[in-house]
Amino acid sequence: MTQTEFLVLLPALTLAVAALVVLLADLFLPAERKQLTGWLTLIGFAAAGLSLTTWPAGMAALAFSGMLIADGFASFLTLLFVIAGSVVTVLSLGYLPRFGIERAEAYVLLLLSASGMVLMAQAQDLIMVFLALELLSIPLYVLAGLARPRLSSEESALKYFLLGSFASGILVYGIALVYGATGGHTDFQGIVGIQSGELRLAGLFDPVLMPFGVALVLGGLAFKIAAAPFHMWTPDVYEGAPSVITAFMSVAVKAAGFAALLRVFIQAFPLQSVQWAGAIAILAGLTLIIGNFAALVQNNVKRMLAYSSIAHAGYLLVAVPAAVTQTGANTTLSFDVLGTILFYLLSYGLTTLGAWAVVTTIERREADGESGGLTLDAYRGLWSRRPGLALGMALFMFSLAGLPPTAGFVAKYLVFSVAIQAGLLWLAVLGVITSLVSAGYYLRLVVMMFMRPGEPTVADTWGARLTVGVMAFATLGIGLFPYPVIQMAQRSVMAFLR
Amino acid sequence: MDILFSTLTLVTFAPLVGVAILLLLRDEQRDAIRWTALTTALITFAISLVLLLQFRAGEPGLQLVTRAPWIAAGVLRVDYFLAVDGISLWLVLLTTFLVPVAIGAAWGAITERVRAFMVWFLLLEVGMVGAFLAMDLLLFYIFFEFTLLPMIFLIGQWGGERRVYAALKFFLFTFAGSIFMLIAILYLGATAHTFSYPDLRNYVLADGVSPWLFAAFAIAFAIKVPVWPLHTWLPDAHVEAPTPGSVILAGVLLKLGTYGFLRFNLGLFPVVAAQAAPLFGVLGVIGILYGAITAFAQSDAKKLVAYSSVSHLGFVMLGLFALNDLGIQGAILQMVNHGLSTGALFVLVGYIYERRHTRELSQFGGLWKVMPVFAALSMVVFFSSAGLPGLNGFVGEFTILLGAWGSGLGGVIFSQALTAVAAVGVILAAVYMLWLYRRMFQGEVTVAANRGLADLSPREIAVLVPLLIFIVLIGVYPKPFFDLMAPSVQLLAQGLDAAAVALR
Repeated sequence: MTQTEFLVLLPALTLAVAALVVLLADLFLPAERKQLTGWLTLIGFAAAGLSLTTWPAGMAALAFSGMLIADGFASFLTLLFVIAGSVVTVLSLGYLPRFGIERAEAYVLLLLSASGMVLMAQAQDLIMVFLALELLSIPLYVLAGLARPRLSSEESALKYFLLGSFASGILVYGIALVYGATGGHTDFQGIVGIQSGELRLAGLFDPVLMPFGVALVLGGLAFKIAAAPFHMWTPDVYEGAPSVITAFMSVAVKAAGFAALLRVFIQAFPLQSVQWAGAIAILAGLTLIIGNFAALVQNNVKRMLAYSSIAHAGYLLVAVPAAVTQTGANTTLSFDVLGTILFYLLSYGLTTLGAWAVVTTIERREADGESGGLTLDAYRGLWSRRPGLALGMALFMFSLAGLPPTAGFVAKYLVFSVAIQAGLLWLAVLGVITSLVSAGYYLRLVVMMFMRPGEPTVADTWGARLTVGVMAFATLGIGLFPYPVIQMAQRSVMAFLR
Repeated sequence: MDILFSTLTLVTFAPLVGVAILLLLRDEQRDAIRWTALTTALITFAISLVLLLQFRAGEPGLQLVTRAPWIAAGVLRVDYFLAVDGISLWLVLLTTFLVPVAIGAAWGAITERVRAFMVWFLLLEVGMVGAFLAMDLLLFYIFFEFTLLPMIFLIGQWGGERRVYAALKFFLFTFAGSIFMLIAILYLGATAHTFSYPDLRNYVLADGVSPWLFAAFAIAFAIKVPVWPLHTWLPDAHVEAPTPGSVILAGVLLKLGTYGFLRFNLGLFPVVAAQAAPLFGVLGVIGILYGAITAFAQSDAKKLVAYSSVSHLGFVMLGLFALNDLGIQGAILQMVNHGLSTGALFVLVGYIYERRHTRELSQFGGLWKVMPVFAALSMVVFFSSAGLPGLNGFVGEFTILLGAWGSGLGGVIFSQALTAVAAVGVILAAVYMLWLYRRMFQGEVTVAANRGLADLSPREIAVLVPLLIFIVLIGVYPKPFFDLMAPSVQLLAQGLDAAAVALR
């Protein structure tokens, strides 16, 4: 392993090593001091974040025979994974003991899953995408069942596992078809290379088989980002899993899924963009409609946020077809669009983490072991009881609905404007109409908190208060002064290799 | 630094200083909270007077331009771009003038969670002033949309019994309209590569696109005004809103709609505006008559005032879509007049509601004898609203009717007939206002509970006096008000004239 290779791998490696350290420490810690494993995890995430500084700035470095890359895109997303991981750990410090599920495995699995995500954002080869996907998914299947023997948690784990494996199968089949169609290539550069110039003329490329491969890969990844019609698992899994884990899934897994989607479709399949752009636009439209309308009728906050996360996958997908435009044999890549997607992922991620932090404070453990305090009614009167939490939650809801002056508004503005520039007016119109629908359900929660009397039971921890405070500050700050963050996102995609 | 300390930045964001101070106070310090809010609002008004002094009369273009890049993503640039001209000047002053009045009215009307109320109220002022001053379309959208957030809390938390329903209805109606405007703004930005209003005025759109964009803007503003038949949210919002909320809702927020029509629909799409003028003229007149007749049928005083708003704003729409100098000047003045007189009406209704906790007209009668000061002040305000010559309402409505009579849009006969029908509205306004006055104040005291009512306190009078001064001043000597707006309006009217001529 050369030094470059070591550095390229460093963030993922740090997370994996941290996982081993936590596992080891757990052996020697008595039951009442398991909190320490959480703190070790936090150090692990912080170290992974710091390790990003060793990456060469503004350049892309390939490693392991072109399997992995260290570039701005990967570094931006790794930062997002680290933020999500740290927030979830901070919330877990209070949440897990309260629900009697404080086990060091939780942190170990969290770290392992995060390392898979980092690798996913760095992948330059379909095999690497698959490996990273499994590394991030398998720990999550276990985490979803962490609240065992609570039935809904077990159901969640089993459903996630079965459907997730099925989706992985589809993805692998797609990869196999691509491998066949390109005469033995799974690396992004090779897939593009075989289709151009003399190599294409030599008959090594099978243009009939290729679209099937692309379609199956799309299906597999659409499952991970919870895009309709591959979203069926989301509400049940999100509802059953412990809330902190759901928070991690709705932010980090979605971001990792989009990382893979962008890497694969823009770097490996740019020449098929005419076909997949249409398909993704239709997926986006479907996801917007299904996510938003289904969220409208939910009475359980976790399910509502699950559908809301589906809906946001839709808004993100709106921008994807705009990323590549093909004129004749030339493909041009829009860096604006890629920057927009990263910005959206960040602002959605920060807002959503804040919202989940509030959810964990209202959720309570019932006598029979099930979770209570998850209905909309549980939020009645939160404003009079805990104005800070209620205001924070209101801000997150407004941001998710895309109202100014929040980060969510800027994100939606950017997405819709790139869509209109790319000629996808119908998708932008659909996007704003579904935004109106979304305002309906986000506002219901605000109404409950501010305008209905009630005496909610609140069990907040310093972790939840800190998270709500920081995320509210970020949501409002990015909403008022978005430019530095947009610039950061755009600079990150400059070195996006073709 | 220039950006930060420009008059326009200061007048827009000065209320935030008050918000910051309020957040440091404790909930129990009610009087300190009220005085902080009032002082902040008065300082903001003082800054707006500086703005008035700095305003150069006779210049038609944008003045006191404050501009800096805000977001520059890709080819699209959003600017922090504030400016004032004759069209927005009086509306900004109306806003900064009405906010302290409304806060004064909140003294008695709001007794619970005063701090939160004042915070929302001052935030609302930021949104309103910003919307009138923003010259970047996306920035305008942000301010326009931002006004919704404080308002749903003001209605939903401090409102009457059906407050939640009213707040949600208000929010969803307005939001539904404005998302179409957002699409239109984004489309304009994507094709013209700018969101700047002056640049977009000179941008020539592709054929066939303008009517769609016009419609998208029109839906947003028509709901806000509200133009018949999109007015159904208004009575609910007004009846449920607390007094200060009603004052601002009627006084300023509705003007965001008419201002939007004037600035964007007429300013950016003059040709489509000329084509659509007869339609909007008719809708305006329907609003005038419908509002007046419905107002007459109300038994709740606040609902009556709410419907009278629909009628008055019908006049404004008629004036705007006369598309000529007179009509538009009258419309702008009428926006200010309506803010003053309807604001005062809501304050008056609020006073009696605080005393009797009812607004049913059958519960009143003969109040003249019990509360003579209240009755006398009410009379001036009622006459102003009814358009009595010598008070402000008359000047605005008369100018509008003159403008509409001479507009000739849709044919000379059509426009004159339309104006004649609209003039009936003036008579109807006198009918329902006088009828309201008779039922509330004249005759014998019919309900025993009214006998012991206290007349207005000095504080309550102090809230009304500033409104009355301007009601009389504009009625007697409207010239300075017209003079400052005239150059900008004439500039706009020239463009509309050219479009109308090209159409013929």
